[in-house]
Amino acid sequence: MSPTFTLDGKEVPFREGQTIIQAAHAAGQWIPHLCYHPEFKPHGSCKLCTVTVNGRHMASCTTQAAAGQVVESDTEALNGERRTLLQMLFVEGNHFCPSCEKSGDCKLQATAYDLGMMTPHFDHFYPCRPVDASHPEILLDFNRCILCSLCVRASRDVDGKSVFALSGRGIGTKLVVNAASGRLADTDVAMDDKAIAVCPVGVILKKRRGFAVPIGERTYDKAPISATEE
Amino acid sequence: MHEAGRDVASALPPILARWRQDPTALVQILRETQEALDWIPPEAIEFIRRGLGLPHSKIEGVAGFYSFFHTRPRGRYRVLFADNIVERLQGSAALMERLCRSLWVEPGKVSEDGLLSVDTTSCIGMGDQGPALLVNNLAVPRLTEARIDELCELIRGEVPLAEWPAGLFAVEDNIRRRDVLLDSQPAPGDVLRAAQARARWGGALPNPLIEELRTARLRGRGGAGFPTALKWASCRGAPLAAGKSRIVVCNADEGEPGTFKDRVLLTTQADLVFDGMTVAAHALGATRGFLYLRGEYRYLLDALQATLARRRAAGLLGRGILGVAGADFDIEIHLGAGAYVCGEESALIESLEGKRGTPRNRPPFPVTHGYLDQPTVVDNVETFACAALIALNGGGWFAGLGSAESSGTKLLSVSGDVERPGVYEFPFGVSVDEVLAAAGARNAQAVQVGGPSGTCIGAAEFGRRIAFEDIPSAGAFMVFDASRDMFEVARNFTHFFAHESCGFCTPCRVGTSLLKNLMDKLANGHGSPYDFVEIEKMNHILQQMSHCGLGHSACNPVLDTIARFRPAYERRLSNPSFEPAFDLDRALAPARQMTGRDDAGAHLAIHGEATK
Repeated sequence: MSPTFTLDGKEVPFREGQTIIQAAHAAGQWIPHLCYHPEFKPHGSCKLCTVTVNGRHMASCTTQAAAGQVVESDTEALNGERRTLLQMLFVEGNHFCPSCEKSGDCKLQATAYDLGMMTPHFDHFYPCRPVDASHPEILLDFNRCILCSLCVRASRDVDGKSVFALSGRGIGTKLVVNAASGRLADTDVAMDDKAIAVCPVGVILKKRRGFAVPIGERTYDKAPISATEE
Repeated sequence: MHEAGRDVASALPPILARWRQDPTALVQILRETQEALDWIPPEAIEFIRRGLGLPHSKIEGVAGFYSFFHTRPRGRYRVLFADNIVERLQGSAALMERLCRSLWVEPGKVSEDGLLSVDTTSCIGMGDQGPALLVNNLAVPRLTEARIDELCELIRGEVPLAEWPAGLFAVEDNIRRRDVLLDSQPAPGDVLRAAQARARWGGALPNPLIEELRTARLRGRGGAGFPTALKWASCRGAPLAAGKSRIVVCNADEGEPGTFKDRVLLTTQADLVFDGMTVAAHALGATRGFLYLRGEYRYLLDALQATLARRRAAGLLGRGILGVAGADFDIEIHLGAGAYVCGEESALIESLEGKRGTPRNRPPFPVTHGYLDQPTVVDNVETFACAALIALNGGGWFAGLGSAESSGTKLLSVSGDVERPGVYEFPFGVSVDEVLAAAGARNAQAVQVGGPSGTCIGAAEFGRRIAFEDIPSAGAFMVFDASRDMFEVARNFTHFFAHESCGFCTPCRVGTSLLKNLMDKLANGHGSPYDFVEIEKMNHILQQMSHCGLGHSACNPVLDTIARFRPAYERRLSNPSFEPAFDLDRALAPARQMTGRDDAGAHLAIHGEATK
C-alpha cells in the first residue's frame, strides 16, 4: 500500500519524493499551473498551483507529498485567488488573444477560460516590450511573456545553451537572450532546441507557420485545459 | 566605445585576478567593474564572459538585478538620495530639487555632459543623521542646503571624490544608551580562548558551545527570532559530503528601512562580531566564513578588511587559530549592490554564489543545503556579537538578561521625530514608552517597530514591550509625531516594497506594484470605497500567495495603518462611486513640461472642484 493524502476529499496515493502536483496529476486530479512542467525541475514562481495543505497556502509544485496531508485545491476561495493571479499576469504584459497565433494553444488563455476569468479587472500596465524578429526562423514577442522561466530552464538544463535568461528586477523583470547584441539571431539557438517548444504562451513562435490549425480546432478549443492535460 | 574598450583592458584583469576567475564571485566582479568604470559597458561584460566562462545571458541577468549596477552609462558622479519616509519628512525631496536645479539635471536622468546622474534609492542606513545621500556609493549624511551647495560646487568643479573634504563623509555613531553588548570590549583572543576552554574545535553534538547558546536562550536578532542553538545544531548535524565544508555567513545586508544598528556594530564592535563568527566556526567545524555587507555600507569596507588582517596577524583567523592544529577558518567580505531582498537568507546565499538574489524554494534549508549546497549558518550581525559574549561569559549569565522569552539586550535604531536619534541598547522587554522617553519624543502618534515589514503601533499601545513575546523587532524604531500623515507613511512603504520585489513570483511582482498604484490613486484624490476593498484584497493575495517574507509583509504597513489610522484613509475616499485611476490633468504633465507652462490655463479643473 502506498501512502496517501487527501485532495478535495479524495484519497491520492503517492510515492516517496513526489510533490503534491505530481501525485495529483498521476491520480488524474487536475491542479492549475503555468510554470510547472513535468519534465523540468519545479520552479514555484507563478503560484497558480497554490493549494492549502492542512489549511496553509503552499505551491503544490514545490511541496512534497506527505501521508495524511489534507489538501484543498478546487475551492471557490482558491480559484478566486488564482483568477486574481491570472488577471495580474494579463495586465502586466500586453495580451491580445484575437491576434495571437497561440490562441487556442495558449496555457494562460486556456487556464483563464477554465477558471472563469471574465475581465482583466486591474488597470493595464502597458509595458513597452519590443519584439525581436531578428532570427530568420523564430519570432520573439516579449509582450506575452509571463516569466515562467520554462525556456530558461529548457535551454540551460536540456539544450545546455543558456539561450534565454531573466534579467531586471521586480515589475521590470524581463526575458533576455544570450548575445551581446541582445538579438536572437546572434545566439546559437537551433530549431530543434527544447527551449523553442516549451513556451506555454505566445512568446517563442516559429515564423511562417500561421493558422496551420484553424481557430476553433486548436488544443484547448476542443476541451478545457483541465480535461486536456495529464 | 574605443575609450571604454581601453579602460576595460586595463581595469578588468586585476579584478578578475583578485577574484581568481571564480564565477561564484560574479556579483563582486561586477561591483568592482562598476566602481572602476562608473558603469558596466558591453566590452566589460564580454571580457567577464570570456574570463569566467559564463554565458552572456547569465551575466546580463545578474547585472540587471541589482540597483547599483548600470549597463548603460550613468554620470561620473552618481548621486542617490535616500528616500525612506524619515528622510522624506526631513525634507530630502526639496534638497534633491535644489541639487538638480543647481546642476541642471533631471531626477532619474544623466546630465547632458555625462557629468552626473541624480536619483533616489531605498533607505541607506543613515536615519539617525538624515537626510543623506550616496555619491558613487559613499554616504554623505546630515544634508543641509549649505551641504548641497558645497556638493554642487565640488561636482561642478569635477573634483575627484578622493579629494572631497573628509568631513562630508563623516558618519557619527550616535550611541545613546549602552548595555552589555556595546559596553563589552574583550581583549583580543579572550572570546576565542573562552570558546576553546568550553569545547574542542568542531566537536560533535552535543557540542558544549551550542549548549551554552541553548542555555542562553539566544534567538536570532534579524527579526524572526529563530533559536540560534537549534540552527547551529542542525548545521553541525547535517551530513557533509566529501570535499565540502560547513559555512558561516554574517548577514550585514541591513536593508530594512529605518535600521542602522549593524552599521554602528560594525564600526565600533567589529572584533566582537568576527569573534562571534569564529565561535560559530569553532562550534560547527566550519572553514569558510562570509560577511555579506550591504552595498550602502561600502565606506566600511577598508576598515573591516584591516580588522580581518589584524586578526590574521594575531592568530585569531586563518590556519591554526590560537595555535590549534585543524582550527582553520577565514572570512571573506562580499558586498551587496542595492537589493533589499538579499537580506532574506536564501537570496543572500544566491548572491554570494554570484547569482540574482532570488529567494530559494525551501526545503531544503540553508542549514543542510546552503552556500554551494553546503551546510550553512546565516545569522544577523548582532546575533554573532551576542554569541561571542555567551562564549565568553556563559549562557546562564545571558539568560538572566532581558525578558521571559527574550533573553539579552536589543539594539534599537531610533529615528524620526525624536530629539536624540541614534542607537539605544535596552534589555529585551523595554516598553515603547521608555524608549520614546529616552529618545526625547514629544507628541508621538505612531511608532513603526521593525521597519516597514514590522508593526506600526499607535499611542494606545505604547505600553507594549519590545520582545519576541510582544512586539518583535529587527531593530528599526521610527517615530512619527501627531503632525505626520500616517497614510503617507504607509504609501512610502508600498513604494519601497514595489521597488524591492525581486520579481520571481507573480503575486509579489505584480501585487506590490498594484498596491503602490492603489495608494497613489488615493493620494491623487481619486479614491473611492471600491479602492479600499481592492487594497484589502491585494493585502490578502500578497500575504497568502507570495514566495517569501518580502511579499508576505509588503502589506503590513497598509494593514496596520488602516487598523489604527483609518481616518487618514477615509478622508481620501472622496468619491462615493467608482473613480478611474486615469487622470487627464496628470496625463497632460509631459505636455506642460515640453511647453514650459504650469499656469492655471495649462491645467484642467480637478474633478469635484469643477462641480462645486
